[in-house]
Amino acid sequence: MGTAYTPGLKVSRNTHIVKERKLSLKGEVLVKVGDEVEPGTIVARAELPGDLHSVKMVQRLGGSYEAREIPAILLVKEGDRIEKDQVLARTKGLFGRWFRTEVKSPVVGTVEYFMKTTGHLGIRTVPHPVEVNAYIKGRVSQVFPEDGCVVEADGAFIQGIFGVGGERRGKIKVVVESQKDVLTKDNLPSDLTGLILVGGSRIEAEVLHAAADGGAKGVVAGGIINEDLSAYLGYEIGVAITGEEQIPITVIVTEGFGTMAMAKRTFELLKSLEGKEASINGATQIRAGAQRPEIFVYGEGEEAAEEDEESAHQLAIGTRIRIIRVPYFGSLARVSALPHELQRVESGSLVRMLEAELDDGEKALVPRANVEIIAE
Amino acid sequence: MASSEPKSLLITDCGSTTTKAILIEKKGDEYRQTFRGEAPSTVEAPFDDVTIGVINSATEVEELSGRKLVRDGGVNRPDDGTGKNGVDLYLSTSSAGGGLQMSVAGVVGSMTAQSARNAALGAGAIVMDVLSVDDGKKPYERIKRLRALRPDIVLLAGGTDGGTKAHVVELAETILAADPKPRFGSGFQLPVIYAGNIDARKDVTELLSKMTTVECVDNIRPTLEEEKPERAREAIHEAFLEHVMSHAPGYPKLMEWCDHDIMSTPNAVGQIMRTVAEQEDISILGVDIGGATTDIFSVFWREDDIGNRENDYHRTVSANLGMSYSICNVLLEAGIENIMRWLPFEMDAAEIKNRLRNKMIRPTTIPQSLEDLLVEHAVAREALRLALIHHKELATSLMGIAHEGDISDLGGGKTGPQTVVDMMELKMAIGSGGVLSHAPTRAQAAHMLLDAWQLEGVTLITVDSIFMMPHLGVLSQVLPEGAAQVFKRDCLLYLGTSIVPVGEAKREGNHVAEIIIEMPKGREKIDLKYGDLKVIPLDVGEEAQAVIKPGRRFDVGGGKGKDVSRRLMGGLVGIIIDGRGRPLPFADDAAEQIKKNQNALEAFGLSWK
Repeated sequence: MGTAYTPGLKVSRNTHIVKERKLSLKGEVLVKVGDEVEPGTIVARAELPGDLHSVKMVQRLGGSYEAREIPAILLVKEGDRIEKDQVLARTKGLFGRWFRTEVKSPVVGTVEYFMKTTGHLGIRTVPHPVEVNAYIKGRVSQVFPEDGCVVEADGAFIQGIFGVGGERRGKIKVVVESQKDVLTKDNLPSDLTGLILVGGSRIEAEVLHAAADGGAKGVVAGGIINEDLSAYLGYEIGVAITGEEQIPITVIVTEGFGTMAMAKRTFELLKSLEGKEASINGATQIRAGAQRPEIFVYGEGEEAAEEDEESAHQLAIGTRIRIIRVPYFGSLARVSALPHELQRVESGSLVRMLEAELDDGEKALVPRANVEIIAE
Repeated sequence: MASSEPKSLLITDCGSTTTKAILIEKKGDEYRQTFRGEAPSTVEAPFDDVTIGVINSATEVEELSGRKLVRDGGVNRPDDGTGKNGVDLYLSTSSAGGGLQMSVAGVVGSMTAQSARNAALGAGAIVMDVLSVDDGKKPYERIKRLRALRPDIVLLAGGTDGGTKAHVVELAETILAADPKPRFGSGFQLPVIYAGNIDARKDVTELLSKMTTVECVDNIRPTLEEEKPERAREAIHEAFLEHVMSHAPGYPKLMEWCDHDIMSTPNAVGQIMRTVAEQEDISILGVDIGGATTDIFSVFWREDDIGNRENDYHRTVSANLGMSYSICNVLLEAGIENIMRWLPFEMDAAEIKNRLRNKMIRPTTIPQSLEDLLVEHAVAREALRLALIHHKELATSLMGIAHEGDISDLGGGKTGPQTVVDMMELKMAIGSGGVLSHAPTRAQAAHMLLDAWQLEGVTLITVDSIFMMPHLGVLSQVLPEGAAQVFKRDCLLYLGTSIVPVGEAKREGNHVAEIIIEMPKGREKIDLKYGDLKVIPLDVGEEAQAVIKPGRRFDVGGGKGKDVSRRLMGGLVGIIIDGRGRPLPFADDAAEQIKKNQNALEAFGLSWK
């Protein structure tokens, strides 16, 4: 497939990729420029501030003290490190000895504040570590102090059109004969552990469940039917922002919704990568600065080939295309004419068109916005 | 900036997807919009500089107009008077980079939190979350939520002046505990605006100073009876410029170029809506339906306690209702049945769902077949309907004030705040956004608005011709008269006036109303039956006078069975007379509903096959 006319999806046997790996808050970068990293290498770490526990002192003291009176009986001050059950305040009691009430800390942490207005004592618990890994095998080319780094590598890179599930690693396994085959349960090997399964024109919900149960890491196919995706996720996706789903496997669709044969070039490339370790990510955001799902396989000792990007993004007579909207949705064709003038389509809109010769010989006029260039 | 009245202006709107530039020139005594250019926005990688898109769109205007607009990599100023070189002023709005995103907090969800939300929306923000002491969440849940979001600004309100301080201080504690990080740049501090009980300022500032600096402004709700959002809105706008815009890629340069502060796009649209409502003294309901979000704006008039007329301006953003990126969320929220009820043909539900998913993943494709277009128009009706419901829920009178009830209030039927949106009072509906502004025929846009909003009484239906309301909003800050001139002459397209008696009849064919219209070419008398939908041509610029005599079960603004006399404005579609009843009835039988939809399209002169 799959270089799209509008979105410009990439399918390349050998390309150079650059991945920014950043923390969401300031922290420490653990690598330096030139370091070789594996996908699992931790490149940066930060400490997410712990939760703040608000101890309601007035209530804990049974209402016998007002908020403004509490400082006099507090045994801790801002900045103090506190152990669990450490006494935070103690009332004077009777004759300084009897019926004294104590308030103990519910957590380990540091005293952050005491508010005279509310009588609340804030204790911040110990920070949680947050880590970012390299995601791909490669070399660190740049470091952003306190933020993260850039990892660069050469290898095979395939973008899908839509996906769900986050970053994962696994071994590529093509389980269908042809890019036109539907991936069914019968295609699944007995041991699925750690595999990224590659199917043809469609994945069914039961395959996704079975793959997840068997320990697979991901599934890649040409299409999926909306109902199958919803059945697997347990809900319908509303907005086209994905990647955070709590699901055991990552799913990547290369062509779209429905039964859609995976583009031959994509299928052949994945076949040639069978058995290799891949980093995959289903995260998709279809907006300006779009993010598409991706599959990356590190190329051992290979250098990125020069790519003819230009030809992949320009429509010309003879360009191989896929029509991506009804009434010719999914049809493969070749551009046979590129008329300049605007033309009115059946819907009534005035748009720029192209003439396509479909694979069955039929000629069709379609809006240029409704085609993707495919490289085969 | 030129010292005298400007002869020409270049205005851009930097959107998430594209940057739109328009040229405004003084022609005789009037300002007119003359040329328009559009180019992809360049806020995000690989460009990371908004001004590239600005220059590209300006270059397109330059090529079309023959006027030199770009010089030395910037906007060419001033206008040398030849009409071929430079402009006197350059202005811009922006919603690029996702617009202004805020979290707001208030003590009581339906009172101060609501007021804080209204202020943020009114300032053009997308409200990511509303925290309140009574929101039913546990403290740690609030902290977790606030931390997960990355707002541009936090607005904290709560407590009336002189009232209890403890609750709002508790909210400040929550903000401190969460320590939310700003969206742009991990190195700068998140601005917090405090617009609550003035007595708690010291405590709130002291507490939050551990995390950031706090800008204190007038209490948004000084008493239960008063809402004073102006200072909070100004502070939001200032923070937007100072903290958000100045950190977005290329904006420092853009700010330097502009002769007036950059306005957030929705803020500018709201500004022009308010200006028009005030100048024309009418109630307005406007919509901008985009690919990802749908904004609704309303201005409704009311009388205060001493009889002065005041207007209530409200804006809401339905962040996940849109026609491309969010089209599947419309499907999710509306349900497939509600989309299908607008179709004039039978279609398989699974097929519609797959089509909508494919539109979501390939948002730039366009409907080629009429069938596909009508599916999109069905979805648009639902997006518009849901966005209006959302707007009505949020555009309310102040909670906490005793309202004068009517007889229907007796028995405890009505509680809580009342929406200020009164469809019968509405005088002008304004549609904008691709699916409305670029519908292949204007009748389709009028039909969508009529159906989706179920217009009532007598309403003028208009669309923004090329979506230039943001531009005119920022222009109205500098040149209000010029903005009003362009708005009337070039921006608004009058589609026509709808007459819709509100009520229900037992069966189709029953009497709804008698309507006598004095048309420019003579008198028309219409006996409107239940289920009828008629369109009578009345051209742009023409007017007619109507006397509408509703049957005893129907109301057109004067009360049930009461005659009203109204002036009707013509337009590209004409006078639309809708006797289908309100609420719009839908047939239980799918085939019957399909037939109804076909009849409605026929009335508008539209086909479906």
